[in-house]
Amino acid sequence: MNKEVLTEKLKAIISTYAQDPAALENMTESTDFITDLKINSANLVDVVLDLEEAFDIVIDNQSMERMLTVGTALEIIEIKLSEK
Amino acid sequence: MDKRVVITGLGVVAPNGVDLTSFAEAIRNGTSGIRHDPQLEQLQFSCQIAGKPDLEASHIAKYLSPLELRNFNSTGILYGIIAGIDAWTDAGLSLEQNEDPDWDSGTIFGAGTSGIDKFRESIYKLDELQIKKLGSTVVVQTMVSGVSAYLGGKLGLGNQVSTNSSACITGTESILMAYERIKTGQATKMLAGSTSDSGPYIWSGFDAMKVCTYKHNNVPEQGSRPMSATAAGFVPGSGAGALVLESLESATKRGAKIYAEILGGAINSGGQRGSGTMTAPNSIAVQRCIKSAMANAKVTAAEIDCINGHLTATAKDSLEIENWTAALERKGSDFPYINSLKSTIGHCLSAAGSIECVAAVLELREGFIFPNINCEDLNPEITRLISRDKIPQTMIRADLKILAKASFGFGDVNACILLKKYDHE
Repeated sequence: MNKEVLTEKLKAIISTYAQDPAALENMTESTDFITDLKINSANLVDVVLDLEEAFDIVIDNQSMERMLTVGTALEIIEIKLSEK
Repeated sequence: MDKRVVITGLGVVAPNGVDLTSFAEAIRNGTSGIRHDPQLEQLQFSCQIAGKPDLEASHIAKYLSPLELRNFNSTGILYGIIAGIDAWTDAGLSLEQNEDPDWDSGTIFGAGTSGIDKFRESIYKLDELQIKKLGSTVVVQTMVSGVSAYLGGKLGLGNQVSTNSSACITGTESILMAYERIKTGQATKMLAGSTSDSGPYIWSGFDAMKVCTYKHNNVPEQGSRPMSATAAGFVPGSGAGALVLESLESATKRGAKIYAEILGGAINSGGQRGSGTMTAPNSIAVQRCIKSAMANAKVTAAEIDCINGHLTATAKDSLEIENWTAALERKGSDFPYINSLKSTIGHCLSAAGSIECVAAVLELREGFIFPNINCEDLNPEITRLISRDKIPQTMIRADLKILAKASFGFGDVNACILLKKYDHE
């Protein structure tokens, strides 16, 4: 899966939770889920669940802790996909 | 000095009406909200009829965002949010997103359980070793204070935000607790109310106790029969009722419409002593609660025009009437009018007291007494105590001044509140 497709898929998933539509529209790899997209921190676990389902991967607790930006999320998804 | 407390907003989600206007019309006409419930039949309940609010998705979408509705599975919280927000807006209060909460407004919003369907769903996932899949939505939907927590956020409440729980007196108790808070100057406005989940997982325990009717599965609307000789047990119901309580001072200052004044009330328990048990009332405690409520409200028995009873449609109805006659020292044709909303909506359990208080306040404000249905065959034990014409079976227009509402619950608990028509002095 190329990065563009992957980013679009990620964007679709987080659009459910992002409370700042403008930040979502202009998101880059450094965009922070909580401070930029205003995702409620409690919803981060739901984002992970949705990603697991969409990509058919398992995201472990350590990876989840790191997954606070668009960039780290993409990186983790790529790693998990490659391990499949 | 104690503050006077008035009611300035009402909201309701009931089996026979999911907004104030349709509910008011339904209770005036004696329209039943009891239906056959295929799920209860499928699960082999003895009682296969119930009262459930009929909410359309488009209506729900006005109160909860798509994100909030994701993995949402708590009927009790849903009913509470809708009734609570409706009461708030009915009181002319806004839902604006201010930077600061409203420090002088809070809520006491009661519940018996919370999100029982969500809880069931989580238990299944957990037992399938899928704890991670619970996501973030389980706690807020299954904590018993979930309903007050959601409302606190929706309304931006900065005063006390809490949930009370005391079986079938929960709703009446929430109003009295909120009343005390305003009366003593600790808050200016309080949203009081209560809610109850729908469905088999909340009602099954009652069905198993054989306290619900099994005789009316083919005639649902005739199933809930308070005060009838053929009362055969209660019909389970669900929903939520909400009332905005406010200091008279604050209501007058902002020119709010005032539905009624709360004069006072009392809450007590029979301690499961004497005739009282976990499930049966101690009559001395019931009478004492009614008398204490009158003393607290500075109302004499002779002043009471109408009683909104607990009257669930079990064998205990006549005992309740007997307790009222003893507490008020009024009987026969001297007894006040009495009615039970349960004849049209069933027993809404933890929501009963608040939904029934909404009905009582409407009666005072609009000057009517809603009809009791399904008691054309009045229980002779009741007609021995009070005159037949005190139990209206069609709506009566009446300029009521003072109304007493009582609720009684498992655990041998009692609550009684006295409401007065507000005359716009």
